[in-house]
Amino acid sequence: MAELKTDHLVLNMGPQHPSTHGVLRLEVVLDGEVVIDVIPHIGYLHRCFEKHCEAMTYPMVIPYTDRMDYLASMYMNFGYVEAVEKLMNIEIPERVKYIRVIMGELQRIASHLVAIGTFGIDIGAFTPFLYCFRDRERILDLFEMTCGARLLYNYMWIGGLSHDLPPMFIPELKSFLKDFRKNIKELNDLLSYNKIFIERTANIGILPADTAINYGCTGPVLRGSGVNWDLRKNDPYSIYDRFDFEVCVGKGEIGTVGDCWNRYMVRVREMEQSCLIIEQAIEQLPEGDVTSAIPKRVKPPVGEIYFRVESPKGELGYHIISDGTVNPFRVKVRAPSFVNLQILPVISKGYLVADIIANLGSLDIVLGEIDR
Amino acid sequence: MTTTEILEILKEKFSVEQFEIQSNIGGEILIVPSNVLLDLCFFLRDDERLAFDSLMNLSGVDLADGEKKKLEDGSFEIVGGHLATYYHLHSFKHNHKLTLKVLLPRENPVVPSVERVWRSADWHEREAYDLFGIVFEGHHNLKRILLPDDWDGYPLRKDYKVQEFYQGMKVPY
Amino acid sequence: MGILDKEFTESNIIITKFDDLMNWARLSSLWQMTFGLACCAIEMMATSASHYDFDRFGVIPRPSPRQADIIIISGTVTLKMALRIKRLYEQMPEPKYVISMGSCATCGGPYWNHGYHVLKGIDRVIPVDVYVPGCPPRPEALLEGLLKLQEKIRNESHVKKQV
Repeated sequence: MAELKTDHLVLNMGPQHPSTHGVLRLEVVLDGEVVIDVIPHIGYLHRCFEKHCEAMTYPMVIPYTDRMDYLASMYMNFGYVEAVEKLMNIEIPERVKYIRVIMGELQRIASHLVAIGTFGIDIGAFTPFLYCFRDRERILDLFEMTCGARLLYNYMWIGGLSHDLPPMFIPELKSFLKDFRKNIKELNDLLSYNKIFIERTANIGILPADTAINYGCTGPVLRGSGVNWDLRKNDPYSIYDRFDFEVCVGKGEIGTVGDCWNRYMVRVREMEQSCLIIEQAIEQLPEGDVTSAIPKRVKPPVGEIYFRVESPKGELGYHIISDGTVNPFRVKVRAPSFVNLQILPVISKGYLVADIIANLGSLDIVLGEIDR
Repeated sequence: MTTTEILEILKEKFSVEQFEIQSNIGGEILIVPSNVLLDLCFFLRDDERLAFDSLMNLSGVDLADGEKKKLEDGSFEIVGGHLATYYHLHSFKHNHKLTLKVLLPRENPVVPSVERVWRSADWHEREAYDLFGIVFEGHHNLKRILLPDDWDGYPLRKDYKVQEFYQGMKVPY
Repeated sequence: MGILDKEFTESNIIITKFDDLMNWARLSSLWQMTFGLACCAIEMMATSASHYDFDRFGVIPRPSPRQADIIIISGTVTLKMALRIKRLYEQMPEPKYVISMGSCATCGGPYWNHGYHVLKGIDRVIPVDVYVPGCPPRPEALLEGLLKLQEKIRNESHVKKQV
């Protein structure tokens, strides 16, 4: 009998697909159900951020940074304003620094909650999503209380903040932290140590540490592979060197170091560490005026800077070139998800179609930031 | 390690007269010619004392230092001058950084691809090709990444003009 | 106006107008296509989640356009995406409704001027029933938009020729 000729099947996933976290298109090459190759196609949300920067003045860029990673707007602001302040050499008040850290860490929790919730949906657990969004709503309430917006804040300004904290902020925050600790435990019982969840994620999409570094992965993806690297610790910016916290890495107590479960677990643990940082920041929060250092006219000298911060998704870098005018000459954003997504073909090869979804969910990408 | 110290190490293998250090607010920049870039990058990665194992960022820049020519419809065109690519390197091992800059002629911006050195350069280079038209020689899959394949022009060049229609849809407001 | 024009208490019979009955059925189970584009999609997700509970209006997410009644264009539509959206819209069965959520979908939003790759309004590609302004609109605003759409459906007629 002549041998049956078999061909590879090319499957198109997206740009509209419920589990691609936005408008990502994946071209999947299959042999039966085994993945031979995955080719990501991006650009379906390319909103020309870098072109806008060149036409705007420095403060006008801040709202656009919000809209890049819309799950972590505060952190996008954080990176941008710190970079411009560095370029202009502005010394900002102590209170501003602390409030920025509090907001940034709250945003990290909110972003991780979305990542965890949608990861759950991707692999078939709907209930944790509702639990995560319940907690996230409380963080959004805190943000709304401070700056009036739920999602895109435009809160951090060059040299300061748009508003000081309202009087009820600190008590509300403390009560949130108290409840949230319990909720993390609940989340662990519900999802993290769930047998079905472990079966779907442990030993799936294993990413070795050296590959992760060569591909430029950062954030929870890198730490999930066991690399102890966090810019807040290793290259401290702002006032992160004043706080005592642990860098969470994948330990491999379930599955293997570098698999989906470990990447997921890094996020859960990081939320606890963020709570710790916030608590310390509340303790040390000084009094002062948050708008005193805002310059009337933002006009950095000729020069350029590459400034990076540890956003919830990884290393967020701003490469800003100033030609001495009020408009940036060039702003390039090194978006963490953009680089992290490149690893998807590497970790998906040889697994099944359903595992692509698990891998993608564990990378926690945001298309707004990838396409900009 | 500062850029000057790195340059001392580079002396062993490269003729450093072709390199130039540009002082800058956010850290010094090493300007290198494009013909030695690939060798230099391999050296920077593999030498034990340097060990730049990660490429943090790669940006293309339109320096717009050429001659501006007014066109009839009020827009302008830039003739001559340079584009540039920036490489922000970082070493996990030694925790030091280095910024490389390569100047490219605007009319023929060709630079060797560093994708083989750091895999993270893959998409960054495709993006720079997409938005600036910088050609990365030796890249395995150099095509547009953000914009559709049938797009006209390179949007982040300073003299870019928006096309009127794309596939029957009006582009300007 | 309501569905219960006349009810016979003993016999389980309701007399109503055909239009009212059909419209009532349609507006109370608007199945929505799971389709997120950008920032607004997160607010849409928040609307579906525990706090705002979209389900109480009969809005249930469906992953396929062939099972959906409404599509919420939630976010910036780029030129690369626009034709895909058009195709998704064409795949939906009649009657179908479109909510344009947020400034970007309505008119290009903050990207109207320099956004060389942004479609300045989804109504250049597909017809829109309700526009919800905001950047992004709050979940309450989206709910209000949905109520407006329900109002519109309530006044439709299947027998009379539509103006």
